[in-house]
Amino acid sequence: MTARIVMLHGAVILALFLLQFVASDYAVLTITRIMVLAIYALGYNILFGYAGLLSLGHAMFFATGLYAAALGVTRLGLAVPEAFVFALVCGIIVSVVIGLVALRATGVAFMIVTLMFSQAAFLAVLYFGDITRGDEGIVIKDDQRNFSLFGDAVNLADPVLRYNIALAFLALAIVLCLVVVRSKIGHVLVAIRENENRTAMLGYDVKRYKLIAFVLSGSFAAFSGAAYALLFAYAGSTLASIQYSINPLLWTLLGGAATVLGPVLGTALMFLLVDFASGFTSASLLFVGVVLILLVLFFPKGILGTIRQRWLRWLP
Amino acid sequence: MTVLLETRGLSKNFGGLKAVSDVNFRIERGEVRAVIGPNGAGKTTFVSLISGRIAPSAGTILFEGADVTALPAFRRVQRGIAYTFQITSIYANLSVAENVALAAHQPGGKASLYPLERVGLADRASQIAGTLAYGHQRLLEVAMGLALKPKLLILDEPTQGLSDAEIDNFITLVREVAKNATVLLIEHNMPLVMELAHRITVLDRGMILADGTPEDIRANAAVQAAYLGTG
Amino acid sequence: MAGRRPGHPFSSRTASLLAFFPHLLLAILEGTVAAAVLALSALGLSLVFGVMRVVNVAHGEFFMLGAMLAWWIAKMVPGGPAIGFVAALVVAPLAVGALAFITERLLLRRINYDPEATIVATIGLMFVIQQLALSMFGADAKAVSAPFTYRIALPWFGFSGYKLFVVVASILILLGVWWVLAKTKWGLVMRVTQFDRETATAFGIPVTQVYSAVFVAGAALVAVAAVLIVPIQQAHYLMGLDPLLMSFIVVIIGGLGSIKGSVIAAVIIGLSDGIISMFFSPTLASIIATLAVALVLVFRPQGLFGVPAR
Ligand SMILES: Nc1ncnc2c1ncn2[C@@H]1O[C@H](COP(=O)(O)OP(=O)(O)OP(=O)(O)O)[C@@H](O)[C@H]1O
Ligand SMILES: [Mg+2]
Repeated sequence: MTARIVMLHGAVILALFLLQFVASDYAVLTITRIMVLAIYALGYNILFGYAGLLSLGHAMFFATGLYAAALGVTRLGLAVPEAFVFALVCGIIVSVVIGLVALRATGVAFMIVTLMFSQAAFLAVLYFGDITRGDEGIVIKDDQRNFSLFGDAVNLADPVLRYNIALAFLALAIVLCLVVVRSKIGHVLVAIRENENRTAMLGYDVKRYKLIAFVLSGSFAAFSGAAYALLFAYAGSTLASIQYSINPLLWTLLGGAATVLGPVLGTALMFLLVDFASGFTSASLLFVGVVLILLVLFFPKGILGTIRQRWLRWLP
Repeated sequence: MTVLLETRGLSKNFGGLKAVSDVNFRIERGEVRAVIGPNGAGKTTFVSLISGRIAPSAGTILFEGADVTALPAFRRVQRGIAYTFQITSIYANLSVAENVALAAHQPGGKASLYPLERVGLADRASQIAGTLAYGHQRLLEVAMGLALKPKLLILDEPTQGLSDAEIDNFITLVREVAKNATVLLIEHNMPLVMELAHRITVLDRGMILADGTPEDIRANAAVQAAYLGTG
Repeated sequence: MAGRRPGHPFSSRTASLLAFFPHLLLAILEGTVAAAVLALSALGLSLVFGVMRVVNVAHGEFFMLGAMLAWWIAKMVPGGPAIGFVAALVVAPLAVGALAFITERLLLRRINYDPEATIVATIGLMFVIQQLALSMFGADAKAVSAPFTYRIALPWFGFSGYKLFVVVASILILLGVWWVLAKTKWGLVMRVTQFDRETATAFGIPVTQVYSAVFVAGAALVAVAAVLIVPIQQAHYLMGLDPLLMSFIVVIIGGLGSIKGSVIAAVIIGLSDGIISMFFSPTLASIIATLAVALVLVFRPQGLFGVPAR
């Protein structure tokens, strides 16, 4: 990995670390949320940006992590770290199973298949309302969230601690993402996106690579969902809805698909925009809609994608 | 010489159309074999069956003595069957070098530029492949086939759209490749076929019409009628 | 989805089979209505996908707009529900069609009908329309009265005459569209365009105009569907998602672009949905239907009744 790539990503992580010392309490909370959700977008981008597969159903993986973690703590009596691992394992299993089925479809059919699976999962959350508490959601009590790690008591209600946990997770996700996209896998995924037939006729097992991308991406989503549930002590059905499948697509498109930092930037920007817009209008959906349309019409490569095309060819 | 590839009773139907019909075919190691035939004779379909891009309706395919009929295309490529598309199929948005690196299974890394040198594109390695002239894209397609280091290189009308000078280079190239690989060449350019091929197989309406040395084929009346006479 | 509880079951202590019958009858009746609603709302999507090969995610919002307009017109037009209904049947498709016209010009045409970009762009449009409807009409659900209130008296329960009217109207509209596609010159033009854009251009067919007309017709059809359906549902700014997903379900199971397949699928799904909803739960019915779609798409991409692509 070249030095400037390491420096750029290191600088972003360092800047986020320093931000906590100047940000207001409210901003610390918002940035924590952005960082957790940016992990979701980073994973989405592996599938959408690099492999070129547009899923409209990633909320099902996010929700898998979310509910597995929340139910693990509240119902199964797991400690927080155990619940986290449990949620990740569930996320991996669900993405392998769904991936094996959904990847048999291509193009528009793939989008609708993922949408439908995700909708079925969302309806299942409502159907099993006794367990999931439907719209109202599961609230994790503070005493269920306290745990000890290596002998130290950890209190997840502490906003600064939460911020730094989220940052550590995000940093881990960025590094993983960088490693993946710069590895052979990442290049083959791009090749599949650019010309699937040709890639198969060069002797690559296209199905296997697509499944790898799908599972990586689903696992990132579950990772983000689990972190969300445990850090914010909440799991509700809106987080499993179609809106949450479209969010990572929007964030990735805005920041720049197939750039590592694009989804992070896109998530942050969209939060800022919606926050800013809510100052004078309650129409945040309108905002999301207009941004999507403008991106498709005028800015299909997103911010970092355009920057890479114009100026920084080396940007991963 | 030993048999590299053999098909037995190979057939492919598209609905009612018999695009390839009961073809028994053998190619020896080290051979340069041309497959000729009028448009729509089933040449592309035939080599697509061999490469595994499409599944046969009936018949078996043996490669190095092993039955590969049920293997997916990418496994056959891994075993040494390389296929270049009749309709150019390259990574138009990636650099020429990355195209070849992908073929050499070293994407993103420092793959050898030797295949590009062989087709005369080494000086364009950093260019985006989609911006190459059409003839150069065909050559890149061939270079990708070379980068796979195949045992059997299938070339589907590789000289379509090449200039005369490029065709001369191409003849030299195929001769060189044939030193350590077997070449299955589909061509409409008869002088080139006569010059390059050790043996020629003539396909017509999905069936083998004739099979023999260039001299045999030139002398064959049936072939004259079906194909050469009109060409 | 419409309420599917039996108004009042029955009070009979005879054999359980006999007691079961009215429930089943009601389920079948409601299922037939559901099937008509499904077929009608899916028709526009099927047409647009069939000819243009793009998926319009804002399809459900066109439906919602049609329903909202029906409510608004019923409120503005004096002279009772029947006159409002007729006025809405005229105005709503025109208004929604106009919006679709603008969408096609400013959005789809500019992205050259790219399938993926169209999905993303129409998702954006979906949000925009939802939000505008929310600001203009508010968040509460709006009831629209049916143009007539005749109830058919059955021995066990009464059944809304208007619901049966919807079934009949759907059948007529479906037949009408089928007739246009199969028997008229317009239908031929559409089928040629569907077959292959290049061929159509070669035959001198103005493909962009055909696209434009088809997109507008698809939107107008779904607006008509909405006007018909809104008296048995209610208008709400988020009501579009259900018909969208349901249309996907019907269109996919029936085979994308095949109207006959869509109708068969609508009947199967409408009836099974009615029965499962009646005896188990509407949510379970939806879960089964969505899973069915996903699996059909994966294992039989041409749909249950479609023919494989060339
Ligand atoms: N996927 C397909 N579906 C249906 N018919 C096909 C398909 N592919 C090829 N055919 C038909 O099969 C026949 C053989 O086609 P093929 O492409 O193999 O011919 P060819 O010998 O390569 O011709 P050319 O010299 O023009 O390249 C033709 O009639 C063609 O129309
Ligand atoms: Mg051919």
